[in-house]
Amino acid sequence: MSTEKKPLEKVCLICAKGSLEDVYASLVMANGAVMEGIETNVFFTFFGLDGITKKAMNHLHTATTGNPAMRMPGGLPFPTMLGGLPGVESAVSSMMRKQMEALDMPPVDEFLEMITAGGGKIYACKLAVDMFKLKKEDLSDEVIDIITIGEFYEMCDGDRTQIIFT
Amino acid sequence: MSVKTIAGVQVNVSEDGYLEDMSQWNEEIAKEIASEIGIELTPKHFEVLNFLREKTAAKETLTIRGVGKSGVVNIKELYALFPKGPLKFSSRIAGIPKPTSCI
Repeated sequence: MSTEKKPLEKVCLICAKGSLEDVYASLVMANGAVMEGIETNVFFTFFGLDGITKKAMNHLHTATTGNPAMRMPGGLPFPTMLGGLPGVESAVSSMMRKQMEALDMPPVDEFLEMITAGGGKIYACKLAVDMFKLKKEDLSDEVIDIITIGEFYEMCDGDRTQIIFT
Repeated sequence: MSVKTIAGVQVNVSEDGYLEDMSQWNEEIAKEIASEIGIELTPKHFEVLNFLREKTAAKETLTIRGVGKSGVVNIKELYALFPKGPLKFSSRIAGIPKPTSCI
């Protein structure tokens, strides 16, 4: 058996959901890969498009209902009824963004810039862009192109390549 | 941990090749580690290395974002100086521990 190390050479991430935590999971993994010298492509599709849409990307929310892992500050369970009150989701999300900022996690627009500064590539899904009636100018300037899933798969060729779906 | 001779000096290094004691570092050691990685150091590299060493001495956690906002280099320049390892390679050459931050 060979013990030769075979490091990852390419990661292709697909971000299909638009909640704060889903988009950040993709961004942290993408930026981490770029920092490790791994070729990185990120494909934003469906609600994940919020993560690269100028109007939405810096105001992402985390779900305060239907999220069993949600806790009050201090660790007590977060009552679902409370999560449904107007303004609660907004307030909780802004609190989360502040906590992330304290750990030096940048806002989404800056995170995208960090990824492309290191050579990572950001794409939008054509089907989803058409469905949400978006245009190229509605998307972050860091988005290189609007492409089909087939074109994205073509970029995922080669040994030591992983596709990650979040 | 093992002992290694770099630029004629015996230093303690970790398994990944990071200096265990940042006070053992000097510019010649930096140049030799850099050439192992394939980087030729310029005065700009040393500006970054000194910044990283100052922050580490002050016990601050290094993140790529923090370095990018330091005023020494922006993130794009950092990648240009230390290709494929902006924080990892720069830390190794600066004689400081392996970065522990995910960002």
